[in-house]
Formats: sequence, C-alpha cells, structure tokens
Amino acid sequence: MSFQPILTAGLDPATGDATWHLDDYVKRGGYAALKKIFAENITPEAVIAEVKKSSLRGRGGAGFPSGLKWSFMPKAYAGAKYLCCNSDEGEPGTFKDRDLLRYNPHQVIEGMAIAAYAMGTERGYNYIHGEVWELYDRFEQALAEARAAGYIGQNILGSNFSFELFAHHGYGAYICGEETALLDSIEGKKGQPRYKPPFPASFGLYGKPTTINNTETFAAVPWIINNGGDKYLELGKPNNGGSKLFSVSGHVVRPGNYEVPMGLPFAELLKMAGGIRGGRRLKACIPGGSSAPVLPAEIVMECTMDYDSIAKAGSMLGSGAVIVMDESTCMVRALERLSYFYFEESCGQCTPCREGTGWLYRVVHRIEHGQGRPDDLDLLNSVTDNIMGRTICALGDAASLPVRSFIKHFAAEFEYHIEHKKCLVPPEVQKEGSKIYVRPSC
Amino acid sequence: MLDIEIDGKALQVVEGSTIIDAAHQLGTYIPHFCYHKKLSIAANCRMCLVQVEKAPKPMPACATPVTNGMKVQTHSEQAVKAQKGVMEFLLINHPLDCPICDQGGECLLQDLAVGYGASASRYQEEKRVVMNKNLGPLVATDMTRCINCTRCVRFTQEIAGLMELGQAYRGEHAEIMSFIGQTVDSELSGNIIDLCPVGALTSKPFRFSARTWELARRKSVSPHDGLGSPLIVQTKHDKVMRVLPLENEEINECWLSDKDRFSYEALNSPERLTRPMLKHGGQWIEVEWQQALDYVAHAFKDIAKNHGAAALGALLSPHATLEELHLGQKLMRGLGSGNVDFRLRQSDFSQDGQGTPWLGMKIAEIGSLDRVLVVGSFLRKDHPLIAQRLRQAVKRGAQVSLVHSADDDQLLKAHAKAIVLPSQLPQLLAQVVKCAAELKGVSVDAAITALAVSEKAKAIAESLLSGTRAAIFLGNFAQQHEQAATLQALAQLLAKITGANFGFLGEAANSVGGYVANALPGADGLNAGQMLAEPRHGYLILNAEVELDSARPLQALAALKQAATVVLLSPFKLPGALDYADVLLPVSPFSETSGSFINTEGRVQSFNAVVRPLGETRPAWKVLRVLGNLLNLPGFDQDSSEQVRAEVLGAATPTPEFVTDRLANPLSDVANNVANNVAIKLDAGPNGLERVADVAIYSADVLVRRAPSLQKTRDAASPAARMNAVTLQQCGVSAGQELRVRQGEGQAQLFAVLDAGLPDGAVRIAAAHPKVAGLAAMHGAITVEAL
Ligand SMILES: Cc1cc2nc3c(=O)[nH]c(=O)nc-3n(C[C@H](O)[C@H](O)[C@H](O)COP(=O)(O)O)c2cc1C
Ligand code: SF4
Ligand code: SF4
Ligand code: FES
Repeated sequence: MSFQPILTAGLDPATGDATWHLDDYVKRGGYAALKKIFAENITPEAVIAEVKKSSLRGRGGAGFPSGLKWSFMPKAYAGAKYLCCNSDEGEPGTFKDRDLLRYNPHQVIEGMAIAAYAMGTERGYNYIHGEVWELYDRFEQALAEARAAGYIGQNILGSNFSFELFAHHGYGAYICGEETALLDSIEGKKGQPRYKPPFPASFGLYGKPTTINNTETFAAVPWIINNGGDKYLELGKPNNGGSKLFSVSGHVVRPGNYEVPMGLPFAELLKMAGGIRGGRRLKACIPGGSSAPVLPAEIVMECTMDYDSIAKAGSMLGSGAVIVMDESTCMVRALERLSYFYFEESCGQCTPCREGTGWLYRVVHRIEHGQGRPDDLDLLNSVTDNIMGRTICALGDAASLPVRSFIKHFAAEFEYHIEHKKCLVPPEVQKEGSKIYVRPSC
Repeated sequence: MLDIEIDGKALQVVEGSTIIDAAHQLGTYIPHFCYHKKLSIAANCRMCLVQVEKAPKPMPACATPVTNGMKVQTHSEQAVKAQKGVMEFLLINHPLDCPICDQGGECLLQDLAVGYGASASRYQEEKRVVMNKNLGPLVATDMTRCINCTRCVRFTQEIAGLMELGQAYRGEHAEIMSFIGQTVDSELSGNIIDLCPVGALTSKPFRFSARTWELARRKSVSPHDGLGSPLIVQTKHDKVMRVLPLENEEINECWLSDKDRFSYEALNSPERLTRPMLKHGGQWIEVEWQQALDYVAHAFKDIAKNHGAAALGALLSPHATLEELHLGQKLMRGLGSGNVDFRLRQSDFSQDGQGTPWLGMKIAEIGSLDRVLVVGSFLRKDHPLIAQRLRQAVKRGAQVSLVHSADDDQLLKAHAKAIVLPSQLPQLLAQVVKCAAELKGVSVDAAITALAVSEKAKAIAESLLSGTRAAIFLGNFAQQHEQAATLQALAQLLAKITGANFGFLGEAANSVGGYVANALPGADGLNAGQMLAEPRHGYLILNAEVELDSARPLQALAALKQAATVVLLSPFKLPGALDYADVLLPVSPFSETSGSFINTEGRVQSFNAVVRPLGETRPAWKVLRVLGNLLNLPGFDQDSSEQVRAEVLGAATPTPEFVTDRLANPLSDVANNVANNVAIKLDAGPNGLERVADVAIYSADVLVRRAPSLQKTRDAASPAARMNAVTLQQCGVSAGQELRVRQGEGQAQLFAVLDAGLPDGAVRIAAAHPKVAGLAAMHGAITVEAL
C-alpha cells in the first residue's frame, strides 16, 4: 500500500502556494469533518474518543497523547475556556508549521474548531512566530474567509456551537513556544514559563482552563474525524499513530518538509531527501530538533522515524526536525552554535538555566577556540547535571541534552580539540562541506 | 487536612499548603531566596529544591503543593546536591567581595553560601557586570549583585500596587530596572531593601555608614501616622543609623512606610536644638536649663496673675507621647487654664464630647472587611499601610468605595468613587444615607429625604448593604473639614443604617492618645482654633510648627507674634519660632525618651529611649514635670515616664494592651447629632473656587520635614496650584503658568498644574509647607490670577 499524505494531501508546492484559500481547501475535501460532526450529531465525547483511538501524539515536541490531553479539560466548567495553537515554531531545524500555515491554513482552523467543539471552548488563539509575519497576515485572511463562511464564529454551521478564533503574533522569542510562556505572551506580559502545577488545563490563559496544541497536531484532526481513529493509527505503528512531517535540513541534497508515515526507516527518509550532499558519508543526525540528543550515523541508520524507536536509541522525535550532519562537520563547532542558541534564548527566570546556559556556552566556545582544559568535559557534564530537572521549564534540559550527547558520542573530537587546540576535521574539509567561510584559526 | 512527613517527622497541614508552609509549621528550615510569605510564588531561584518520595526530580518546596501521604527529605543526598548546584550557579556571576558589599553580614546569599557553597569556584569565565540604576533618593543599587529573585518586582506590583520595577531582557542579560528614566516613587519603596536577599538594593541614606554587627538593635514605635508601626532602631555610638520594621502581623505586618523608615535622618539634623535658649533684647542666647525654666515659670505666673489664667494656652502635638500630653494638660490645668488642645489641623470642633476618633475596630480586621467606604482621605499618602491592607482586601474581592475631593490614584480598584468639592461632601454623603435608608426602609431627617440622589451615591449605598462585614472610615481630610461634625454625623448615621463599623483613620501617632490623656479643652477652655482666633498672652507649644501645623496658618502666626510669652518645647530650632517664641527648650524626639503612643486602633505601645538625648536635650515629660514643680503645682512628682503613664491609664500592671473600652463613638446619639448638624448645613452650594488641601506625606510633622532624603523624593515636591482643565480655563490660566493665589488676607505665588482628578472649581494646594504658610486656611474660598 503506498502512503497517501494527510497533512499535505492535494498540495503541490511546485505550483506555488496559491491554493491556500478556502475554496481550494473545500475542493480538497476541507471542512468535511466539521460538517460531519454536526450532520451526524457526533458528541464531543465521541470526538475525544476518536482522537484517543488514533494515538495522535503532540507534534510540538513532547509527544503527549492529544486525546488524553483534551480529556483533562474540565467539562462542567462555568465560564470561559480557551484553546491555543502553538505556531511559535522556534526550535532550530524545525520549519514544518510555517509550511502548514502557508499552504493549508484552513486545515489548522478546521482542526481547532473540532478541538474547540470537543472541549467546549468558545475562544481560541493561534500564536504565530513573529519572524514569519506574512503567515500571520495570511492566517488573518484565512480566518476572515472561514468566518464569512460560518466555519468559525457564532452558531457554526447552524449548530448551537460557537467558536471565535483569533491570530496572535509573537516577536520571535524561542521561549514563547513553551506553552505557558505563550499564554503569558498572549496576555500581554513578558513571555516567561510558569511553574507547573497548576497546569493550563486548570489554570491557563487568563487563569482559565486552556488546552495548547501544536499546529501540526491540530492539522491532523480533520482527517481523523473523516476517516476514523483506527485508520489513522494503522498508518503508523502502535502507540505512534498517523503520519508526520519531518523537516529535513543540513547536508542533504534536497532539504525540506517530508510527510511520511510514522515508523518509516530513517534511511528511507534520508533517501527521499536525496541522500548526503557531495557523496559524502553521514556522520551524525539530530532526529528531533536541536533540543534532542544527537545520534551518530551507525545508530540513527538503524532507527525508524517514530517516538518509540528514536527514544530507544537515546534521543527524541521532538518536533520532527531532522538535522543531518556529514563527515565534514566539526562537532565541537556544531555544539558551540547550539549552546549559543540556548544561552541567548533562556528567559533568565530560573537560576540553573540563566546561569548554566551561559556557562555551558562559554566553555564550549573556549574549547572550540583552542582554550580548552583537560577537565572541561567533566565540568560540562557536571554543569548539565545541575541544570537538568531543576528548572521551571524544559529549556534547561533542552540546553543540556545536546551537550551531553555530543560529548558522549564524539568525545574523541572534543578531546582532540582540547589537546591540540584545533579541529579533528581539517578546515578545508569543513569548508568544502558547508560551502561557507570557515574561521582560519580552526 | 493532609498528612505529610518531612525528614521523618509527621504532621498535618491544611489543603493547599506547599512543602515550605509545612516545613515552617514544623520549624524546619529550607533554604530559599525568591520565596516570601507575603508575595506570590515565583519559584525561580530553585534554592528550595527538596527530595520528594516517588518524584524523579528534586521539587521546589515553595511551589510544590502538599499531597496526602507525601514524604519529603530536605537533607537527603539528592536534595543537598540540588541545593549546592543552585548555590554554585548563583555564585558564578556574583561578585565574591562581601567585605566591600553594604549587605555584608546581613546577606541571605552570604549566609547560605556558608552552608551550601564550595570553597573554590569552578567558574573561570568572565563575570557578568550589570549597570546600576537610579531608583531615586532612597534605594541604592548594586545590580551586579542581583540574583534575579524578583522579590522587588513582585513587591511593587502586589503590595505597593504599581509595578515600578520589572525584569527586562532575557537570560543572562536579564536585569531588574525601573521604567526608563523613572525612579521608584512608591511611599512603600524602602521595603524592597529589606526584601532583597542580597546587596543589590540597599538604603541610600545608610549606605556604607556602618556594619550590621556594629549596630545595637532597639525596639521603638514610629511617631508618624496613626498606625504606630513598631520599629527596630539601629544605633551606633548614641546615634540612630537606621530604622527597620519590627514585624507585627497585627499592625505593620513586615512592612514600613518610607516615612517611618527614613525620617530618622532628621534626628541627626543640624537643626537640632541642643541647649535651652532665651530671647534677650531680640537676640537669642543659650542659657542653662535652670535659668530657662525659671524664666518660663515666672512668665506664666505673671500672665496668670495679671490677665487671668485663661490668658494662657497650650498647643500640643498629636505626635507627642501620651506622657507629654498628659503632663502638658496637667500643667495648664494646674495654672488654672482649660485652654489645651493637640488637634491643630482641626477646624470644626462642634462634635467635641461625642466620642473619640479611632478606627472602631482592629487594624488586622481590615483584611476581612468586604465592603468599605472611605470618606475624605488621601489614603495612600496619609495611611500607606492601611491603604496596603485595603488593596489586599480588594484583591480578595472586597469592594472599597471612596468619597473625596481629589481623585488621587490609590492603586486599588475602587468599586465606586464620588469626587466632589469640599463644600459638597456633606451633601454627597447625605445622598448615600438617603439611598441606604430607602433600601433598608428606615426613615431619616427630612432634609436628607429631600435630596436628589446621584448614581454614584446609589452605587456606594448598594455596595455597603450588599456585604457582610462593612466599615466606614473618615480620613484626615474629613476630620480637618470645615464641616467635620456634619460628615461625622452622617457617616455615623450611615453606619447605623448599614450595620457597618464606624471609625476614623487616625492622623498621627497619638491622635487617640491625646484624647485618652485629656489634652483637650475643658468645658471652660478654648480649643486649638479658638486659642489662635482669640489671641492669648502666653502659649506653651510642644513639638509643633504652629504656622505649618494648624488649620489657619496666618491667624496662628498673628496670635503667636502678638503674645507676650511663647514657650516652645522642641527637638529643633524651628525657624518660625525663632521669630515669635521667647524661650526654646530642647526636648527629646521619640528616639531619646521613653513614652507611649496609642495608635488608631486604641493599642498602647510604650517604648524606651534608643539613644541618649543629644547635648542638653531632655525628655519633655521631665521638663514639664520640673516646670510643674517650679510652679508649685501639686501632682508633679513622678519619677519615671511609667508613673506618668500609670496616672493616665490606671496603675494596673501590666498596662493594658488596648484602651478601647475608653474609646467610644456611640451610634445611639446619632439621631440627635444629625438633627443638630445636618438639617441646617446641607444646603451649602459651591461658591466660587474652593481650596482642597492635602498635608503632603513628607511635610506632615516636625520630624519628617527635616529628613533630607525624604525631602528629595517626588512626594516632597513643593506645593503647586492644581486644577482641572475646566477650572484652569475658568480662571483664564494655563498649566505651567505662575499664579498669585489669594486667600483671606494672605497670598502665595505658585505654579499652576493640571490635575484631572479634581472637581470643577477646586484648587488643590498642599498645606503644611512654608511656601503656602501665607494662605489663610486649609479650606474655603480662594482666588487665583496669573502673575
Ligand atoms: C523552550 C520550549 C520551546 C517550545 N517551543 C515550541 C514551539 O515552538 N512549538 C510547539 O508546538 N511547541 C513548543 N514547545 C512545546 C510546548 O510547550 C507544548 O508542549 C506543545 O505546544 C504542546 O502541543 P502538542 O501537545 O500538540 O505537542 C516548546 C517547549 C519548550 C520547553
Ligand atoms: S528553564 Fe530557562 S527558559 Fe525555562 S523558565 Fe527557566 S530560565 Fe526560563
Ligand atoms: S534586586 Fe534584589 S530583590 Fe530584586 S530581583 Fe535582584 S536580588 Fe531579587
Ligand atoms: S524559594 Fe523556591 S524556588 Fe526560590
């Protein structure tokens, strides 16, 4: 059976992004799921049950079962409840949500409307990363189309269900992708994660019960309602239902977003992306966005692309950003860049992350610049020990995991750097691989 | 109740408790920085990590709710490793130079680093430097030391009511700062110094002047507003170096107003009077105590003999101690004069004999009120910590309504506000009474039923009747009002109808004490207003600058200037008195004498001297006692201030904690009061421009006027003529223009300022400032013209 895409069904990027409008979406079968709910009087409980059955897991990074999350919302709550879509997509390597919003915004709107119906929420926000402004503009237009057609707003499709949906843009801070920082940001405050508990399902936006899901999570929902949870689950593997968009980047011939069924061997995904550039060999891969531990070639080549297989290999499927590195990569330098990212993006609220991310970056920076010391690797591991599990949000862990995994799998390269004050990978090889300027000192 | 075990010790805690709450209950210390019992939980420092059974990671004790059966270990290997890890992070960018830090010796970070820090740093990189900020004249910054616990931020937002500080930038670049170009202007700002666990925020006036271990700590009581905050006064070599709050949940909680905290600077002022002085041929000369006291005794006896004792009068201060007030009135009465008063800013005395202006309830009970009406109060500036309590009450759902003549931002969400001209306040309050009476089906005076009721009055009445615990408070402005008795009668009537508590927000530390000490005119005596309107031959003044502290400054000054003898007992060489007084006797400020204040809830708080009197200064109670002896008056043989106190409060030991049984505002006479006051006076209509006078927070008394750092704050700005846009236009002047303001025979030159919070026709000019001492009265008609 050949795989039929779900999220990208009927889309042909080769023809550009002109078919995002409501008419096009409806032509592709859009809003059928929403109509089906009202036509067949499907209850909210039944919608949640279907999503549970589908084994859909959050596509924002943590992979939390979405149906279960939806069932946490208090049913009999008097007063406002909120639904938020997390389109803040700031994780390095991840660029799938923006394409969903570019090519198929109505799918996200429909998914949100269904989710809102399932949880009895009357108000929703889509929080869109501030550096893709044109997609924020587009989403506003899509909302206007959907509103005019009665897919969102008061008494949707003549039912007594109402759902007002709004777009909200950030200004590009990575931390605003953390769900509670996102809530604070919508509230007009500085985006900083909140300590949990209380969880958003009991104390979320404006202190009201709130559910937050990733853009891709919502985008999968209409298909599940149209075709049934079982069908969705069957597409992938048990406990890893459906399809997934992978953002493949790095040293591949054709970087881009690939929708594949869950459980596809990594090797095949790599093949779809055209394999490694310049005929070089795969050195390592970060399989789930920059926060996920790096895996060396021999391990990742044995993996299938689903939550369980990648977890078993010691990493995370995360947001599905597959960062491919070939043999021309200096792992010290790669880590220096990643550590810099977390150092810059820490919100600074809690001590271990505020102080620790800078420490990590500075030490890696030193090593990369020929000033490493023999006990630096132990120091790095020890600092990550003191960060992980001790912070308010997961950014502390996200900053630590790359450091630990790079050292674990590529210790020799780090040690070489410290001892010889230069790269194990010669500069001309790096230069050839990246096709960008390489510091002469390395 | 939930069961929890901490370090093997079992206890029960109420639902909703956190682990740190439970630990406190048990007396177990968990290290922490960001947690503070009065602030919201931030859980950002991570110092309080503890091990919780079954939890894979250490949990922050301050933010983790207790669950039933929870087992916590605060000292296990996992917990201590986590705590030490956090301590290392806190120290890597922290300057390790405690010897040159002002906080050294009283720093939570320093203390905890001893237990949890390593002896050498593993951090070999460059340390962070953070630029200092100018937060104003009171709080100094050393921002490189900041550990970003955000206690200060949460304080300004949650307790002081306005987020004047914030954490800008991200990550390692995060910095605490005020809004760009702004200082922290809250009247409670000094508390962030106490809250800051490190040396990032310190006291500007105290900075680098002493080490905490060099300072003696003594208990005292604030001599300023009616709250009577308990103080820790820190001294070195008989000099007051710093003032801190002495925590008392029932009074100040753990806070102090800036006035209470920083006014001590005046104690060391160069204006201190240190030797008795006599005016001789127009020249002031320093004399011995004996000579000065002989002179006073002689002069008073002469006047009594030649003009009758009624030619003498005593003008005392509500900031004086109970003992001083008692002996002051006793001296006057001993001389045969009933002219005694301490209520210098009051102008309507027709309610005299009708009770004692006190809160009518405990301060701590304010927090449990659900409906409050405050009449005539510059709440935040007159009663900073009572305003704070009301702010917290509002957050818990209480409705606070305000009736006043100026719409200053009280930094609490008022339920309903009615802002009218001073002359219209009685009318407005009567409208509320009418409305409440109708809602309750009670009949009231015809003059009240005849009124038309405004929406605001209706909202206030409805609010008062909709709760279960209501209170009505008259503020300083209402007490100083020309129709204070009418306002009181109406408020009492309203309290009776609505079942609300009735009370006053006491202006000064001893506003209640003055009544208890009977520092009041007797049946045949003159009150403060009369003593100045009908000039006397001789005056005894205690601790007041009458030309600033009285309701009618011009009249006061004229009366004092014409008097044959003016004797001033004061810690300061008061500039006005140098002109009109004949004798200056240096008496102790609160820090140099024992004594008692009775605060607005009727609580007696006695204190001892914290330092020796400066120079030749003597406690005023002793000076008055000796004067009594020199005048051969009976009953002046007390050996201690305790004996004087016992004379007032009864010999019972220990002295009563409260004297509320002596304070009464009987609501039973309300009908009479209303009949006498209200019916006749409700018809007053606005008549030209009216003055609205506040007593600015840092000009309220002799002491605070001489505290240099407080005088540099924005609240100490010199008085202006504030008007709303309509009034400005009506007067043909514009904001920023210099004006001549005339009142009675007096005038002042002031700049016009736009103040949208005033009613049409109001000109707000602060009182109690030399610049406006030329104006006739704190209220009444006034005219302005462009210069
Ligand atoms: C530092 C940080 C950044 C995050 N950024 C994103 C993001 O950009 N987009 C996203 O969907 N989830 C992000 N997350 C995860 C969210 O907190 C949250 O788990 C997710 O939005 C839930 O949606 P899902 O269950 O559909 O995955 C981030 C988490 C952390 C700790
Ligand atoms: S872990 Fe980092 S990003 Fe998350 S709350 Fe703490 S400081 Fe902010
Ligand atoms: S200035 Fe002090 S109180 Fe404020 S955040 Fe920094 S350390 Fe905490
Ligand atoms: S005291 Fe608990 S995290 Fe700061």
